[in-house]
Amino acid sequence: MVALPAPAVQPRLRWSAEGIVPLVIFAAFAALPLAAAFGAKAYILALFSRIMIFAIAAIALDLLIGYGGLISFGHAAFVGLGAYAVGILSAHGISDGLIALPVALVASALFGLATGAVCLRTRGVYFIMITLAFSQMVFFTASSLAPYGGDDGLTVQSRNTIAGFALMRDEQSFYYVVLGFLVASYLLCRALIGSRFGRVFRGARENAARVASMGYDVFRYQLVAYVIAGSFGGVSGFLLANATEFVSPAYMSWQRSGELVIMVLMGGLGTLYGAILGAAAFVLAEEWLSGLTEHWKMIFGPLLILIVLFARGGLVGAAGRLSRAKP
Amino acid sequence: MSVPPLRLDALHKRFGGLLVTDNVSLEVRPGELHAIIGPNGAGKTTLINQISGVLAPDAGRIELAGRDITALPMHARATLGLARSFQITSVLPRFSALENVALAVQARSGSSFRFFGRADREAALNDQAAAMLTEVGLAERMHVPTMHLAHGEKRVLELAIALAMRPKLLLLDEPMAGTGREETERLITVLRSLKGRFPIVLVEHDMAAVFALADRISVLIYGRILASGPPDVVRADPAVVAAYLGDEME
Repeated sequence: MVALPAPAVQPRLRWSAEGIVPLVIFAAFAALPLAAAFGAKAYILALFSRIMIFAIAAIALDLLIGYGGLISFGHAAFVGLGAYAVGILSAHGISDGLIALPVALVASALFGLATGAVCLRTRGVYFIMITLAFSQMVFFTASSLAPYGGDDGLTVQSRNTIAGFALMRDEQSFYYVVLGFLVASYLLCRALIGSRFGRVFRGARENAARVASMGYDVFRYQLVAYVIAGSFGGVSGFLLANATEFVSPAYMSWQRSGELVIMVLMGGLGTLYGAILGAAAFVLAEEWLSGLTEHWKMIFGPLLILIVLFARGGLVGAAGRLSRAKP
Repeated sequence: MSVPPLRLDALHKRFGGLLVTDNVSLEVRPGELHAIIGPNGAGKTTLINQISGVLAPDAGRIELAGRDITALPMHARATLGLARSFQITSVLPRFSALENVALAVQARSGSSFRFFGRADREAALNDQAAAMLTEVGLAERMHVPTMHLAHGEKRVLELAIALAMRPKLLLLDEPMAGTGREETERLITVLRSLKGRFPIVLVEHDMAAVFALADRISVLIYGRILASGPPDVVRADPAVVAAYLGDEME
């Protein structure tokens, strides 16, 4: 008998999933405009831009839920803030991305800092409820902003220029700008998770008291992560406003926050790329079902319940089980 | 005279109508292993929790190496060199043993507000962590996710985590709790190797272990220190025998 060496290379397997799947996803997104050349190109580009925009917010939310155990039910508020930054600036004639994006980032980061400092004093269900409450505050504030359309929202005059160049005007170049943001968001979050900071943050989900007893102020780490995740939400909102050339309080409604949570769950918690798949599955299912019937939510609801019940670990988990089932 | 690593001065803690810490004063001497024993419900863990910062005392003062830490939160006390283990095994289940210890090493070596660069590839952290695991005899199991370790291995891992914090004081809350005979032997060996290198406060139910290891023993009953002194003095103390050791020692 030859003793087999201990399988110390389990990380390798993880590496392959974490390295290859995102590559395939990004390559598919990059190739899509070519494949769509003879179809309804504008429609498909707009649809997939929308998917990628939600994916950016969902990745950041996965950072909180999947790696930090912080179930935020108010993530749409950040998206809304980013979108309103574009809308309000544009209403005042400022329509360059080099101003709108930093404003969106600062607004969402500050909101994350102020609300996170309160939310993160609580745990579990209370955390869920208080993040929801804060996002509803933003929702109602936006609804009552009469100068900026109130309930009806406001139209963005035109897409942001970037340093004066109309880089985002054309549907295809806008699509690639969004893809660039998505890839950057993914890589930044991936780096964060593996970093020293990420290790403390992940440890705090496992056992906050233990991490504190090692000398870490858990609250500070969670607050910083909350602000970072919120800022990505702001980026997503910045892009969303540019995609639709319209902003409305609906962007930050609690339903939208719930949809983001569902995207993360559908894709598979704690993988980051799962959030991208989840966003795609959600938006495509919504698009397809709403084409079938006006009452598509009656189909979509039970479908979600089935996914939660039977596809634990989301799409990534189901794919993993399938690949393991093969001989 | 050297500064005592830990000094408790007239600590009081009340849960509702129950006085769980009743005027506890105690001094741990440099390098000694100071055991705290007492029946269930005597307030041992409550005392440890006040020392480590989980609970705030209602009155009294806690000094770590001469510094008043009574008002400091847990993480700040840990940064000052107070390392503890928990009565109920407390590790990070999805982290490997190595990562558990490396996280503790990381707290002592530079800022953790670094967002780039993979922490698991930092040789300085891994090497130190591996050295700690070797010291407690867990080197072969260092890549195993902690949730797959045996109970006794987790108890030893807790010690390695505490060691990695380069402690000025080790606070061990029933390290033998729930361990089998062999595992207890192993833990006693590890504790004996630590003894003298760090001042240690040991809360333990296993009387054989306590009397084998302790330099001094304090007996806690109903939140109050009944007796304090070297093992043979405490063992012979009639009040202690009557109140506690009588039935414990047979």
